[in-house]
Amino acid sequence: MNNQIRSWQPFRSPLDPCPPILVKTYVVPPNQYMVFQPMNLPQFPLAEALRAGTLWPALYSPYEPRSRKGEPQ
Amino acid sequence: MWVYEKKLQYPVKVSKCDVRMAKYLAEQYGGADGELAAALRYLNQRYTIPDKVIGLLTDIGTEEFAHLEMIATMIYKLTKDASPQELEAAGLGPHYVSHDSALFYNNAAGVPWTAAYIQAKGDPLADLYEDIAAEEKARATYQWLIDMTDDVDLQDSLKFLREREIVHAMRFKEAVEIIKADREQQKIY
Repeated sequence: MNNQIRSWQPFRSPLDPCPPILVKTYVVPPNQYMVFQPMNLPQFPLAEALRAGTLWPALYSPYEPRSRKGEPQ
Repeated sequence: MWVYEKKLQYPVKVSKCDVRMAKYLAEQYGGADGELAAALRYLNQRYTIPDKVIGLLTDIGTEEFAHLEMIATMIYKLTKDASPQELEAAGLGPHYVSHDSALFYNNAAGVPWTAAYIQAKGDPLADLYEDIAAEEKARATYQWLIDMTDDVDLQDSLKFLREREIVHAMRFKEAVEIIKADREQQKIY
């Protein structure tokens, strides 16, 4: 499970017209916790770094498409 | 200053899951003759209008914010539980790309609100006639919105808002008469 995802439960009224989305989510990427990037962080192998978009696993933030309604988040 | 009451001016109940209506309701949220434009127009014009009608612009401008809040509630209720796919099916794909399901001040066609929609001429008659026209245009918009839904509960709230436009236009027309009034007065020295 992606530990960069935060979730919260919006107010749900019994009179809401549509079937509810009970839990909403947002992403907090790792740069939010890094004031200055430390020197000599571990690095991805080059091919993997290209795919990830960053040289450093510490900055990597995956994002998967939002699940369709009814499927698990 | 304002005092906020944490309740709507008139109840908003949305009974039909019809995301499409959210796109149309945006016309009254961030459209040229929507509630935001009305509130900002009146509350800005009031500084340079004769004293006798300042209070009217304050009161009506304030009520427009109460209406804005009702429209926001309708749009929020219709979009908050919609998936990206459902929003796209309702014509709100471009909105999702820019705003997720957040509300934004744009009209039904997605054009963002601009201050160019409103005017303050400093001339009391020019300003009041603009206000009357804005109320009548908003009334018409509410009629077309009522035509676009068969949700009777949503229609009920929209009918209330439409009626308020009629009352506001009447009050503005009375303000015009107050501005004109001196002409009829006999001046006795």
